[in-house]
Amino acid sequence: MSLELLTILINALKVVVVISLVLVTVMILTLMERKISGWIQNRYGPNRVGWGGILQPVADGVKFFTKEDVIPGHVDRFLYFMAPAIALVPALMTFAIVPFGDQMNFFLFGHEITLQFQLVDLNVGILYFVSIASLGVYGLIVGGFGSNNKYSMLGGLRSSAQMISYEIPMGLAIIAVVMLSGSLRLNDVVMEQAGLWNVVRQPLGFIIFVVAAFAETNRLPFDLPEAEQELVGGYHTEYSSMKFSSFMIAEYSNLITSSALITTLYFGGWQVPGLELLSLPIWLEQVLQILAFLVKTAFFIFLYMWVRWTFPRFRYDQLMNLGWKSMLPLALLNIVLTGAWIAYF
Amino acid sequence: MLSQYLPVLIVLAFALVVAGAILFLSHVVSPRIKDAVKQQVYESGINPQMDARLRYPIRFYVVAMMFVLFDIEVIFMYPWAVVYNQFLSQGAFIFWEMVVFLGILFAGYLYLWKRGAFQWE
Repeated sequence: MSLELLTILINALKVVVVISLVLVTVMILTLMERKISGWIQNRYGPNRVGWGGILQPVADGVKFFTKEDVIPGHVDRFLYFMAPAIALVPALMTFAIVPFGDQMNFFLFGHEITLQFQLVDLNVGILYFVSIASLGVYGLIVGGFGSNNKYSMLGGLRSSAQMISYEIPMGLAIIAVVMLSGSLRLNDVVMEQAGLWNVVRQPLGFIIFVVAAFAETNRLPFDLPEAEQELVGGYHTEYSSMKFSSFMIAEYSNLITSSALITTLYFGGWQVPGLELLSLPIWLEQVLQILAFLVKTAFFIFLYMWVRWTFPRFRYDQLMNLGWKSMLPLALLNIVLTGAWIAYF
Repeated sequence: MLSQYLPVLIVLAFALVVAGAILFLSHVVSPRIKDAVKQQVYESGINPQMDARLRYPIRFYVVAMMFVLFDIEVIFMYPWAVVYNQFLSQGAFIFWEMVVFLGILFAGYLYLWKRGAFQWE
């Protein structure tokens, strides 16, 4: 077997396995979200299906598929059908650049193969995330426009304005990280944090990135696009069955990717401080590194759910003021401070 | 060089397959019973009044324009950030030139602020 063909096959296998794992994680997260909500609000949460409610996501999935897929008469059918797919595809694609382990070498069919624990090792790395993630907004605005419903229209407009507003502080916060690493490749960003995690060197940038990530994923306290009390469901008011579920899968995939990116950019990715001092066998070290990445990411996913029940929703003008009048100047200041710190200290 | 983008195409293909499969399966499996009330716009039980695509506030256009303005500056700064450490060995000029650039950008930002571009009633 030639090396090129083998590389393509390994890449394809990696893509199928990792994206499927992301989808399974989405299923688990729907249960986790409801269980944590129940725990925080001092109630049980789902506890009937399976052992202590563990099969609830499966029951939900079956129910979503078998429920009636209502297509109202007034919608723009093409846009209405496309919107869930437009939201879902970029959401699944962004995970591709997240490195979740160190690379390893092994022999297969007489070729030495370097296996990256990352779907795509792009030299433009983080720029790929910024560009693909911003495509997700099309799903919401097309869904809102295609539904031809006032709630959906307002939700779509709000979400697009919110997402483009918070993309700028997010991009500026990433610039400060890039200045430290001198590379856009996420592997280099992770390697560069071997001594000291970026959260220590970039506390302001970290806060800006986390707040912007919450706004980008449309999670509370920034879930204005689907504010239940005023817009019913926002852009997905007119959606039912699996089309509605596609929007939810997209939202949870974005949540996973942004948690993974917070880990990668600010918490050392798969690095475990002091692991090399133990001089463990190489395979055990790699397993521990992947586990460390998963634990860090899981913590930030938990943080999303925790924040959901801790902060009330912003008003829309407060949201825009925070984005344009506070986060943007702070992000610019962060770049100047980082530059001065590298140049003079 | 471009071969590193091949996995991106594989990811795109797989994501399209997943999205297509979800939408196709639900289209085939789920029942569909037409009903005059279900065909209506959902407006919290009130009879719908007009089309939803009415005029909407000009604020949204202003935000979109400001986004384009600032996003170009952000993209402009990425190459600078990548080479920052290498060029520092030749002196701090690379730092001060960006301070000047950000100063001009900030002046424009303050102008927008004073003109009320960030004002949401």
